[in-house]
Amino acid sequence: MATQDIALMAHLMRRAGFGASYKELETRAAKGYEATVEELLHPEDQPDISLDLLQRYFTDWKQINGLETNQTYWTYRMINTKRPLEEKICLFWHGIFCVGDSKCMSGAQILRQLNKFRRNGLGQFPYLLTELASDPAMVYYLDNQMSHKDAINENWGRELLELFSLGVGMDDHANYSEDDVKVCAQAFTGWTIGNAMPRYPYGRYEAMFLYNPDDHDEAQKTFLGETGPWNGEDVINIIAKQPAAARFVARHLYNFFVADEPQVPAWQKSPPRDPQLIKMLEDEYFRSNYDIRSMLRVLFNSDSFKNARFARVKSPAEVVAGTLRLVGTFTSPMPGLHPIAQEIRYMGQDLMNPPTVEGWHTGAEWIDSGTLVERINFCADQLGDVTKPGVQAIISRLAAEGRTLSPERLVSGCLETLGGYELPAATRDRLIKHIQKGGDVSTSAQDFGNRVAQMLQLIASTQEYQFA
Amino acid sequence: MTSTKKDPVLVVLQLSGGNDALNTIVPYGDPLYQDNRPVVRIPTDQVLPINDYVGFNPNLGPIKELYDQGKIAIIQGVGYPHPNRSHFRSMDIWHTCEPDKMGTEGWLGRAIKAIDPKSENVLTCVNFGRGLPRSLVMPGVPVASVGNLETYGVLTAMEDEQRMEALDIFSHIYSPAIGRGAVEDYLSSTGMDALKGADILSVATEKYTSSVEYGGSVVAQYMRNIAQVITADLGVRILYTTAPYNSFDTHASELVAHPKLWADVSQTVSDFYQDLQEHNASDNVVLLLFTEFGRRVHDNGSGSDHGSGGIAFVVGDAVRGGLHAEYPSLAPEKLLDGDLHFNNDFRGLYTTLLEDWLGLDGKPLVGGSFEKLGFIKK
Repeated sequence: MATQDIALMAHLMRRAGFGASYKELETRAAKGYEATVEELLHPEDQPDISLDLLQRYFTDWKQINGLETNQTYWTYRMINTKRPLEEKICLFWHGIFCVGDSKCMSGAQILRQLNKFRRNGLGQFPYLLTELASDPAMVYYLDNQMSHKDAINENWGRELLELFSLGVGMDDHANYSEDDVKVCAQAFTGWTIGNAMPRYPYGRYEAMFLYNPDDHDEAQKTFLGETGPWNGEDVINIIAKQPAAARFVARHLYNFFVADEPQVPAWQKSPPRDPQLIKMLEDEYFRSNYDIRSMLRVLFNSDSFKNARFARVKSPAEVVAGTLRLVGTFTSPMPGLHPIAQEIRYMGQDLMNPPTVEGWHTGAEWIDSGTLVERINFCADQLGDVTKPGVQAIISRLAAEGRTLSPERLVSGCLETLGGYELPAATRDRLIKHIQKGGDVSTSAQDFGNRVAQMLQLIASTQEYQFA
Repeated sequence: MTSTKKDPVLVVLQLSGGNDALNTIVPYGDPLYQDNRPVVRIPTDQVLPINDYVGFNPNLGPIKELYDQGKIAIIQGVGYPHPNRSHFRSMDIWHTCEPDKMGTEGWLGRAIKAIDPKSENVLTCVNFGRGLPRSLVMPGVPVASVGNLETYGVLTAMEDEQRMEALDIFSHIYSPAIGRGAVEDYLSSTGMDALKGADILSVATEKYTSSVEYGGSVVAQYMRNIAQVITADLGVRILYTTAPYNSFDTHASELVAHPKLWADVSQTVSDFYQDLQEHNASDNVVLLLFTEFGRRVHDNGSGSDHGSGGIAFVVGDAVRGGLHAEYPSLAPEKLLDGDLHFNNDFRGLYTTLLEDWLGLDGKPLVGGSFEKLGFIKK
């Protein structure tokens, strides 16, 4: 099995999922790259996480209400899913279609929204937008229940265009006007919720979407140049046809799956890093009738993608879930996952509670002097523990290579098994020198495991390890 | 820019959850108080009087002692227009000074940048707790966030000897390598900042001795850490910590929870002040205690729900002690949206601290001109 095939597969699994152990990488690489891409694109063919099993251990998870409990549940899913792309696409859409628990105050209601992303996130873009427009948590978060025929509230209408489907502008011109925002809001009047979502005093129950025709503005409207008695679905269909929608989806997919782009507000003026790939994705958007799965097939199979290794700073979710998948813990319900899930928050990503409707700033902005220390310490702590099954597997694999390992081989072996990381020559040399100080590495020596674990920790503390 | 011992220091203790102002500084002389708090009230004979109208909750004994020495300013009726009763949102507003839109920069983040524009001291500001409160956030400004001062640092999971070697390797790997790319260079400088900061902070625990024994609560221990850092003379100018888990959110069983919270906080404040005095530092430190809103005038039978128009405390030698601003009226016609009407904007409170204590220009830091209060001695 060529090392390059494994390294490429590690890249694919980091991007389409949360990484994989070396053993899983070997199995998948044997299956072949294109075949693996197909498998990833059809998560419905793999078994789902058994919520039944989790509920038998965590009996209060009959309805997962609290924010932190939901974060623990989501972390469990990210570690254990056999449908990695389903979890990744859920994270992807959650970072774009933002709602926050700070306002909704119902983890269970946001979870219902996230499950729509799991079910439909690889499907048609306009269908996903319709699901979103009729989602009670979104209606409530953007105040659409306060938008009435005779007095519109523009919040949903504006954010739908600005943040969820078109963006402010592209190629240095605007994508829509203020009139379009008003008309958009008018089209969605009547899209409300049938009951409120309080936690107090009536307890927790499911919020219901309600279409109220009496409160809907039926008048003729002109939206993005087209005139008619538009309702919400019509507006979404007009949106989906726009070149700006193709660009929006393509750039977001690129930023999340391929390489870090500038922050979204800069997109009106700054062109894509890879205009060729963006064009391929836009063409596929129209050819496939706005199908996300089809676009991702083009994306994952492109040379641009294959060559974009380590071009993204890992998000906190990827740091934590990726490391836990490597070390092989929490593969069944057990206590102790809650504080680990909170690490994602300490690293700056409060899942299901982004700071604003604009979501998190990604890429280099995940890093500051506080979060960098959290990331390094967390990974070093996990990877330095020789009792963890995943670390033991790495140690055994390296031990099986021979009676002794050269310092160079110890370093490169660790880099390979972690997922094909590459270090600049100066860093590599320093790590090799460090091993040389302890003499040749005997794989049967008592301290072999510790020496491997320490090397994993040192690699986890490098700048390169912050990238995926 | 090096700091001498006498550069003014601001400490902030955030009381999360919305402290019940009515039961902290109690308007026991107002019959409307007894009317509105049939269950959740402090009996008149337990109140520690300040005057005929208001007095302290008895659990604030240690704070009252400091008050009697003139070290405590009580800021009454503080808030902002269109009060928001969501914890997250209201705390955001206090953190970013943006009541009408979502802000992403903190007022203290901006202050740090004004104090140390070139980030010459990576420890200009230190937060105690996990994660970083938005009040301290400002792009490009390093802030150390310390979960545990004794163990704070890079690669703390490693054993000592291995760790020394690892940190040596780390410092070489992260030392500036020009032209590796914008993000890689940013990572390198950030890593070095973190390492430097951790190195410097480790001195704080070594040098500290004190006769003061703090309590065992999280707040007490973090305030002790803050005293350790201040007395270590590391040039830290702003220190921050938060009472955890929204503990002041007393919707139920308030008469059980609230006394315990304040017994802890007031003893901690007293211990902290004594500790500073012992180290001759009480004249250049000012401590702010604040919360994101007050609570409703009427109790709910077991506790109280989210309201507005709360109380803040400012503590220190430099403070002009006493009651500041006005106690909001409980009369129904004077309420705002059914809750106590604020009579001073929190941004005026901030401006007073930023200008009269830290010597900065407050307007750009709080986003406007707000009336100051006179609680810092000239």
